[in-house]
This record gives sequence, C-alpha cells and structure tokens, in this order.
Amino acid sequence: MLDKGNSPLVNKLVSSISEAVADIPDGAAIGIGGFGAAGTPYRLVLALAERKLKRLTVVATSPRQFEALLQSRSVSRVITPFARYADPSAPNPLLEPYLKGEVKVEILPIGTLVEKLRAAGAGIPAFYCPVGVGTLVEKDKEKRRLGGTNCVLEHALPLDFALVKAQKGDSMGNLTYRMTSRCHNPVMAMAAKITVAEVDETIEAGQLDPETIVTPGIFVHRVVKGEKPPANWIYRGVKLKEQKT
Amino acid sequence: MSRQPAGLSKDLICLRAAKELTPGMYVNLGIGLPTQVANFVPRGVILHSQNGVLGFGPIAAEEEMDWELVNAGAQPITLSPGISFFNSVDAFAMMRGRHLDVAILGAYQVSEKGDLANWRMEGEPLGAIGGSMDLAYGAKRIIVICEHINKAGRPRIVKKCSLPLTGKRVVNTIITNLGVMEITRKGIELRALAPGVTTAEVQKHTGPKLMLSDDLKEMEF
Repeated sequence: MLDKGNSPLVNKLVSSISEAVADIPDGAAIGIGGFGAAGTPYRLVLALAERKLKRLTVVATSPRQFEALLQSRSVSRVITPFARYADPSAPNPLLEPYLKGEVKVEILPIGTLVEKLRAAGAGIPAFYCPVGVGTLVEKDKEKRRLGGTNCVLEHALPLDFALVKAQKGDSMGNLTYRMTSRCHNPVMAMAAKITVAEVDETIEAGQLDPETIVTPGIFVHRVVKGEKPPANWIYRGVKLKEQKT
Repeated sequence: MSRQPAGLSKDLICLRAAKELTPGMYVNLGIGLPTQVANFVPRGVILHSQNGVLGFGPIAAEEEMDWELVNAGAQPITLSPGISFFNSVDAFAMMRGRHLDVAILGAYQVSEKGDLANWRMEGEPLGAIGGSMDLAYGAKRIIVICEHINKAGRPRIVKKCSLPLTGKRVVNTIITNLGVMEITRKGIELRALAPGVTTAEVQKHTGPKLMLSDDLKEMEF
C-alpha cells in the first residue's frame, strides 16, 4: 500500500532462529521479554541456550523466561522482579545456582525495572523514584526528598541484546503484538543495542497498517519467524491451546 | 501453634473484598488469592493487571484459555467489552502515577501501623517483589486479603513486621477469614466479624490489641 516503486533497501528479516542469535558473545547483558505465559521469545532463548555461552547477565520478569539458560549454565547475573515463580510452592530453578554462588541475583520492583530500561532507551542516565523507599530496595542507593516525597536514585539499565516476541514483524523491523504478549517487549527493544524479534508472521514493509505498529523498526535489528509455541508449554498442569495467528 | 480458626472460606474472603469495589473504580488485583477476586467483582469495576491489560473479565475456564491473554500471576483471563492492552511502562505509570483507585494485595505480615510484608517468606533466600512495591506506593487505597493466621499458625497481623517490607504505612484495610479491620492513626480497628466468629477469637489470633468499632457488626456480603 505504501510501495510506490521505491521498495526500502533495508531488510531485517533473518532466515533462521539460530542465525538470529549466532553473534551474542559470552558476558553479554541480555533482556528477555515476556510476562507470565505471554510474550516470551522461547525459540530464541532455546537457541541461545544451545550455544552454551558463559557469564551472561539476564534481565527478565521471572525464571519462566530464562530457565533454559540456567540449565545450560550460561548465566552469572540475574536482574529480575521475580527471583522465583509467582507461586512460591513451584520449584525455583534460580535457588540452587544462587545458593552455590554461581549466579548473583538483584531483585527489584517491576515498575523500577521497566523505567530503568526506558531510561536507557531514552538517553536518561538516571532518575529518582519513590518506589522501594523504606525497603531493602533502597539499600546503598542515593536518597533525596523531591516534591515532598522520599526517592531513591535509580540508574538506567542498558542492554547489549534484547530478545523480544511480537505477532507480526516486517522487513524494516516494525512490530505489532497480540494481547498481553506486548508487556515488556517494547521497552526491552528500546533499551538494547541489538534487538532480535521472534514473530509469528514475517511480512514485507508496507503490509502493516502504520497505525497498528507499536514498536517502530528503529528499535529492532533482526526479525525472525518463530514456530508454534513449544508443545510442552503448560500452565499448572493444563496444556494451553496453541497460539492463534 | 494454632489451627486456622473457622470463618470465611477463601472464596468468601474474595467475595467480601469485592464488596469494597464500586462501578467506575480502576482496581489492581495482586498475585495469589487476590486474583480470584476477579470472579466476584461487580459489573462496571475496571480491572488492571501490571502485564499491560485494563478492563478484563473473569479467570478463563479451561476451554477459553489463550496463552497470550494472562494476568500478572500468569493465569489465563478473558476478554471483556472495553478491554485494552498496553506496554509495561504505561502499566506501571498507571500504578506509580496514582491512577488506580484500589489495589487488593496478599500479605505475609501487616503491622498495626499499616506496614506491609508480602514479597519474601520466612526463611526464603530470594523472593518476588513483582509489582507489589509499585502498587503499595501508588494505589490510592490498599486492601489486604489473607487468612488471619499463617500456615505455621502465627498471626499475620503483628505489632511490627519481622519480614522485609513491601511498603511502610501503606495498608488501609485488612479482610481475613475472621473479620474486616481498618488501619487508623490510633491502631487497628475491628469493623466487622465473620459469621459465627467472636471478637475474642479474632483478638486471640492477632498480634496487636484491636480497637473495636462503635459500629462493629457481622460481615455483609
């Protein structure tokens, strides 16, 4: 619809999942999108785990997003709001590596985490935030009273790579999302030097209604088609139906 | 150690909590027991979840489940007219920016001053802050719902929290299987009793001394 004979020369479509994560090095800081069951780029995470990298820093909502990377012993540092599953009775894959001293864990409020990512993406080095004052979150942080409210200084959290999940991605890197799969994905994409998007459908530039684009291509460097969600993807023993596309 | 005294079932605690909500309110339901309140909210209450959804319906039945439509506790939820989706930055702006009228949260401990501890259990090395600190800071009113005593038989309502805090002086109302309590400047006031429960029973399972409301009555649903 927008193509008037001047097809963009940019092509961010990558042909395979493994190729999309092939250059991520040991020690990289990686953000992984997703919240609960939704919006997690499982295929990218599994491909990254297969590379058996070392000393990654992982930023994600919960172990649900990076359990495969713990199994491959690729992680040395985790920054997360949920250092276990939301259900405290579920087995915690982070516990043993944490207790053995193999993985350092920083737990912080989700709102603070996403704002740290947004700040990194928006060129803001640090900001004052009132959340966490009077709790363990304020430990070792500069404090200041602003507008009658006690705040702590929070620094931007830049990422080397972001792995995100979207519904449709075009050849210029523009992304749309489906329902609660949006979650942290747009802000992870903003915060990273290189963003890799796993999508249900890849299309040519010009085929998306521009009004529906949530993450513009400037924040996205690679787009790769995922497959159906893993067949063993279950929630508390109930196998969820496969994703609609 | 004492056994959980009688009183309300978990469903009835949720039903009683839902009575606090009125049409037009924007409400966040925390992870755990509070998410079940979604099944009882009156029509016109607009539910918010921090993973980026506003105006959703009840928890999904198995045949309705869609793995891309979940709440913050990863439970499948349902579509409802007027539902909207947005990213996490906006979801937390709604929370931190004082746009939510009520947050209903679970608790391991609540102090008589309204301090809340709900992210690290006793003896737990790690824990899950999630969005609880953002809600504790930003929601206009915090209602805690929980069983009156914990699994070890100890009161959840205490003089001073021994567990790491989620927020200081943030809780307004506590609804348990035994009663409804309000945190006031003078202390905790018992406002309503669960059917068949006496004030002495509630006091027996509560750390600080309770004040009795002039208007103390049996809970209404």
